[in-house]
Amino acid sequence: MRRKSFDCRRLAAAAAVGGMSLLGRAQVTEYQQHQWLNTPAASSHIGNLTGRPKAAAMVYRRYCVVCHGELGDGNGESAQWVDPKPRDFTLAIFKCRSTPTGTLPTDEDIYDTIARGLDRSNMPPWNTFTRQERADLVAWIKHFSPRWQTEKPGQRIEIPPEPEITPERIKAGQDVYARVQCWKCHGAEGRANGPSASTLQDDLGRPILPYNFAEGGRFKCGTTDRDLYRIFMTGMDGTPMPSFADNIKPEEAWNLVFYLRTLQPFPSKQKEIAKPLGLKPINPNATGP
Amino acid sequence: MNRNHKRTLVAVAAALGLASVAGLIAGNRVSAAGSGSITGTVKLSGSPPHMKGIDMSKDPYCVKQHENNPAKMENVVVGADGGLQNVVLYISEGLSGPEASATPSEEPVVDQHNCMYVPHVVAMDVNQKYKVTTTDQTTHNIHPLPAPGTGNIGWNKSQPAGAPPIETTWKAPEAISVKCNIHPWMHGWHVVVKGPYAISDASGTYTIKNLPPGSYTVTAWHEEYGTQTQKVTVAAGQPGKADFTFKAK
Repeated sequence: MRRKSFDCRRLAAAAAVGGMSLLGRAQVTEYQQHQWLNTPAASSHIGNLTGRPKAAAMVYRRYCVVCHGELGDGNGESAQWVDPKPRDFTLAIFKCRSTPTGTLPTDEDIYDTIARGLDRSNMPPWNTFTRQERADLVAWIKHFSPRWQTEKPGQRIEIPPEPEITPERIKAGQDVYARVQCWKCHGAEGRANGPSASTLQDDLGRPILPYNFAEGGRFKCGTTDRDLYRIFMTGMDGTPMPSFADNIKPEEAWNLVFYLRTLQPFPSKQKEIAKPLGLKPINPNATGP
Repeated sequence: MNRNHKRTLVAVAAALGLASVAGLIAGNRVSAAGSGSITGTVKLSGSPPHMKGIDMSKDPYCVKQHENNPAKMENVVVGADGGLQNVVLYISEGLSGPEASATPSEEPVVDQHNCMYVPHVVAMDVNQKYKVTTTDQTTHNIHPLPAPGTGNIGWNKSQPAGAPPIETTWKAPEAISVKCNIHPWMHGWHVVVKGPYAISDASGTYTIKNLPPGSYTVTAWHEEYGTQTQKVTVAAGQPGKADFTFKAK
């Protein structure tokens, strides 16, 4: 670890001397993080809980450091064996947010992610922690990145109440799936085999798979209809999944949720209602001009 | 004329004099800011690297758009006389005062056209608004990937056919790499600089405008060949000149 922070400083010095202001890379040092630890930004507020970062130091060392690393940069000693890679908390880029793309998540977002875990990754659900421990961990996570010192979390995405499921809505949802071309990655039948699926990369340049609806695994950011709705609007930062907030209206988003439920392999109200429609999978070649 | 009267007259004259001098200074500054410029040509020496053709078969729409003009990579675009296109030129030293802090009001545009970024490199001032548009009948996602710690924060937004433009700004100087995950060959640069800038055209020529007379350091940035700098002096009514030559690897 000492070696690592030394390298960081050397990198920063090289960047400064080389006059690479345009392409410079500032690194986060242990010393900076130590200072951020004592700022008001490094605390958390979840309901009536207040998280104190220092209270989480032991828990983090015991359970999290092996992947997320001493500096929270995702370079723990097991990180090399893990894929997708552990979050780099110094960047403060998170998949599961209730806030727009490019903004910080709320304290609740991180709190929920800790207990939920991230399916199809090495992050298990840490629902064994007490609520207070989780709140403290949120505060601890926030002391790793300079972004919490200068930025506020984004505005929460408003989700209107879920309307009644109708056959028309399911049909309209399929039209949204075709129009905004979800199938480019997720496939015409939601089998994660769209034309662009095989070349997708995350922000680290590592291969990543789109969600396979036909397989029906747990969604990474929550299993409810509202969680699914939210993902269209927030995108999953750090991955190829973009935000559709500017291009899918709230009404359409609910229709899309209903349609996507019919692609999953378990019984659902949506499937029941869609049955008489006899929906055929969209034809990728028929869409477009 | 009594004494009081005289005093008033003197005061009025002094005020008038001051006002006219102030006007002169202000006038000078306005004309100076508009008059100065730096021009030059950017060239590539040696044989330009081969730009690979692009296989767009993932998206039949994209293939169709390039039926008669096969698409190729745009990392190095060289004109007839070796002029190097898509080089961003900006003032890295010597600017101060209003010229350094002014934000241009015009909005650069980068369009997603025929599954390519047009232009491949777009430059802008810090906090200058610019637009990302689409004229394609296929969905794109715009995914800028700023380096950590620069002060710029990345995002990822979709633009299906007919989507409204995305209007945005960047906070800090940086050459930001921009991708479309749906079409992996689509890669461009949004280059954010501080102060006046220019991009070299198809013949490699450029003009940085709106400079007051003075001595400057001009930096030329190219995505493959890195940066070069030159010192240039701009005199009143006489543009500075700086030619750059990058060497093909």
